Amino acid sequence: MNLHEYQAKEIFRQYGIPIPSGKVARTPEEAVAAARALASDKLVVKAQIHAGGRGKGGGIIKVQGQAEVSQAAKKLLGTRLKTPQTGPSGQPIDQVLVEVQTEISKEYYAAIILDRSRAKPCLVFSESGGMEIEEVAKKSPQAIRKITFSPRSGLNHTEVRQFLKETKIDSKDIEALSRILSMLAKIFLEKDASLVEINPLVKKPSGDLLALDAKIRIDDNALELHPELASLHDSRQEDPRETEAKKFGLSYVGLDGNIGCMVNGAGLAMATMDLIKLAGGEPANFLDVGGGASQEKVTAAFRIILTDPKVQAILVNIFGGIMRCDVVAEGILAAVKGLGLKVPLVVRLEGTKVKEGKEILKKSGLKVMSAESLEEAAKKAVSCVHSR
Amino acid sequence: MSILVNRNTKVIVQGITGSHGSFHTKQMLEYGTKIVAGVTPGKKGEKVEGVPVFNRVEEAVKETGANASVIYVPARFAADAIKEAFSAGIRLVVCITEGIPALQMARLKEELEGKPVTLIGPNCPGIITPDECKIGIMPGYIHKRGAVGVLSRSGTLTYEAVWQMTSRGIGQSTCIGIGGDPILGTTFVEGLELFEKDPETKATLLIGEIGGSAEEEASELIERKVSKPVIAFVAGQTAPPGKRMGHAGAIIGGSSERAQDKIARLRKAGVHVADSPARIGEAVEEALRSKK
Repeated sequence: MNLHEYQAKEIFRQYGIPIPSGKVARTPEEAVAAARALASDKLVVKAQIHAGGRGKGGGIIKVQGQAEVSQAAKKLLGTRLKTPQTGPSGQPIDQVLVEVQTEISKEYYAAIILDRSRAKPCLVFSESGGMEIEEVAKKSPQAIRKITFSPRSGLNHTEVRQFLKETKIDSKDIEALSRILSMLAKIFLEKDASLVEINPLVKKPSGDLLALDAKIRIDDNALELHPELASLHDSRQEDPRETEAKKFGLSYVGLDGNIGCMVNGAGLAMATMDLIKLAGGEPANFLDVGGGASQEKVTAAFRIILTDPKVQAILVNIFGGIMRCDVVAEGILAAVKGLGLKVPLVVRLEGTKVKEGKEILKKSGLKVMSAESLEEAAKKAVSCVHSR
Repeated sequence: MSILVNRNTKVIVQGITGSHGSFHTKQMLEYGTKIVAGVTPGKKGEKVEGVPVFNRVEEAVKETGANASVIYVPARFAADAIKEAFSAGIRLVVCITEGIPALQMARLKEELEGKPVTLIGPNCPGIITPDECKIGIMPGYIHKRGAVGVLSRSGTLTYEAVWQMTSRGIGQSTCIGIGGDPILGTTFVEGLELFEKDPETKATLLIGEIGGSAEEEASELIERKVSKPVIAFVAGQTAPPGKRMGHAGAIIGGSSERAQDKIARLRKAGVHVADSPARIGEAVEEALRSKK
């Protein structure tokens, strides 16, 4: 689960990581009030969305004076922001963060992530902070330094100081930087984050360090342990179909094609999408119905797939392990009858109780095209769409 | 031969009285797995499918001489269940449970460093040596005993691949679903090393997917240490890059997490990569035929 910048900065503040003075606003009036309270003329109005690249998308506006704050807030609030990291429809801007502008003399990059191959958290640090960190990684990987640390004991001040001493960083900055970086690691561990990032971490002409941006992503599996973080969830930043799917324990991602997919297991779902594409079609979605499927779950899956008007055929591919094919077949029947399905349906069942499942579909008298193999299923679904 | 499990493996089911635990206990028993005990705190004295239930793993081990355990307990108890099994002297733990926080797993993995134990999973379908021992949730009948080792990051896609092989008459020595989580007990690398040493295994099939760097690490090992043919499929070739929040994930490995790059890396290591998920069985057959 992603946090907004203003939420992440509040956590930074609690851990003593310096941030610019700022206030969040939901209306232009609130933005002006924020500007007044901040008592500064040079301000910046930042769109709060769950995606990076906001500067490039025009979501960060530097302003001077309260009138300009109001203008910028009006321009952003209630619109959708498109950036290189959002989809083509962008993300809604419901809040802006009004902050005092910061003069910058140097930009660093700092993040904590999980190094999957070493199974440990990892501090990633670069002296080349700013927007193009990904380019830095490609062009001069040596400029990015990493250190893994124990998920049990964390990353202490001394370790970070030693790590920073091996860089060309101004020795005057090492003390303050190591304090910030060890706090970043502490946040990562205590909040069960999967990402904590400051880009850029800036040095002001005065020499003070400041987290100009803040990104925190919490491990979804750990939300139960952190109700105070779970309550920060902003479902408006998600595709409503994804949110609806989650309620039923389904995992859905909308795509651009016209063949709706319902598959059990993420790997098989991706493989099914790959096969549709190889057969000359385009998947309309990724949908993993997960392990134990109930009739309710299968019906919900169909309903969510059908909310996409682009869908011209549905392909169901179930390889039963935990999931029993007879239960899936009953679910398909209930869904088809209940929802008045009008698009062609191709079903491929294999695995636990497959005979019973196929029998149920056959006896139902419904127009369901069955397929024996994965390839046959994909080809049938693609030909349904092409013949329309 | 096979790896990790065989007809002599004596298995404990942790969470045996739950709906998943009891359902799969029945399935495993029907397959012929030696399930010797179940564990659910507070349920000592009960029986599930004729299997005696204990309160603690330690008691169950003492009474039955079990040497492996499979975990079906809910996510919030799973990390502790794994620890309990290892501290009771179990050497192989298979964790089916999904939804365990990644940092809990990282802490657990650090505690297990250097100990002579094997953890498979979490969030995995389990391990099976056909005709001898099935520990997990995979449908048994799709497997056939033979010479191909299988390692997979996916659940149901593994069944698909195995079924394609079995339908062509190609059997498996042992199949391991290593799991889909960021932190895993057993990785491709450890699995490949075990299959390399197993005389029965003539080739290994890897089922990978987008994200992480498991395929890259496997490629490095294959170049250095694996003499047997390796076949692979990587799911997600058509998956669009997801919305990202930060950049650090892509930076860490210094390499891309896209399917195309993983495939190119595997091919460079001499791996036979199937382009289509419908051609995995065929690719295994070709690799076995072209074997030197």
